Amino acid sequence: MLEVDGGIVFWILSFVILVSGFMVVSLKNVFHCALALVLCLFTVAGLYILLDAEFLAAAQVLIYVGSVAILLIFEVMLTSKLADKRITQSNDQALVGFFICTLFAVAAYLLIKFNTIWYPLAKSALPSDNILTIGKYLMTEFMLPFEVVSILLVAALIGAIALARTEKS
Amino acid sequence: MIPYLALAAILFSIGLFGVMTRRNTIGILMSLELMFNAVNINFVTFNKYVVSDGLVGQIFAIFIVVIAAAEAVVGLAIVLLIYRNWKGIDTDHFTVMKW
Repeated sequence: MLEVDGGIVFWILSFVILVSGFMVVSLKNVFHCALALVLCLFTVAGLYILLDAEFLAAAQVLIYVGSVAILLIFEVMLTSKLADKRITQSNDQALVGFFICTLFAVAAYLLIKFNTIWYPLAKSALPSDNILTIGKYLMTEFMLPFEVVSILLVAALIGAIALARTEKS
Repeated sequence: MIPYLALAAILFSIGLFGVMTRRNTIGILMSLELMFNAVNINFVTFNKYVVSDGLVGQIFAIFIVVIAAAEAVVGLAIVLLIYRNWKGIDTDHFTVMKW
């Protein structure tokens, strides 16, 4: 078995991520797909903890599992007939798509395996106070992107309301 | 480091497969979330193993999470609008822009 940080935990997490990810794209019932997506996002949060990104793991659970997945489940419920088993959810391109994606994955793996541009690896460890460092970054170096992204959030909020409201005449 | 990057690559391919083969819009949005997550795993991995003096990769991943949330909100609104107008959200129905 390959040497990897996290050991057996990494293999368990990646197995769950890949299986639930494949369920997201292959199950017939869209509601089950949404539930598989929740499982996948949860395990990705576990992977972040393995990679010393505690704040990102918490944000992943809060934002993805707590709101994005719930939004998707709302979508499934608001557009009726979707959860019906008889409706085919995939188009006829499954074989071609599978071929292209396998090709893509193999190419990406070879690229990762034989690329040497990022060697030698960094020796120093990540800052141990994860949340403190991120807060300092967001208030100093990344001040402008932080503000811009908050404007983007407000714009998305208003845009969603403007799109989805019903015109009353 | 290689197994993490390989995992991200395979997850991205799964998302790509979903985007290419799903028939309804919500399935495509879900596959998009998978692809976002693969990219985030890449950023955090590189942050840990290649540029570990600082947390720039994690900051970038946080911004991606926020933008993915905004995308999901606007996507929900558009899907609802399409459902209201076409009584279905299969991508085969959206042919009004075909000339």
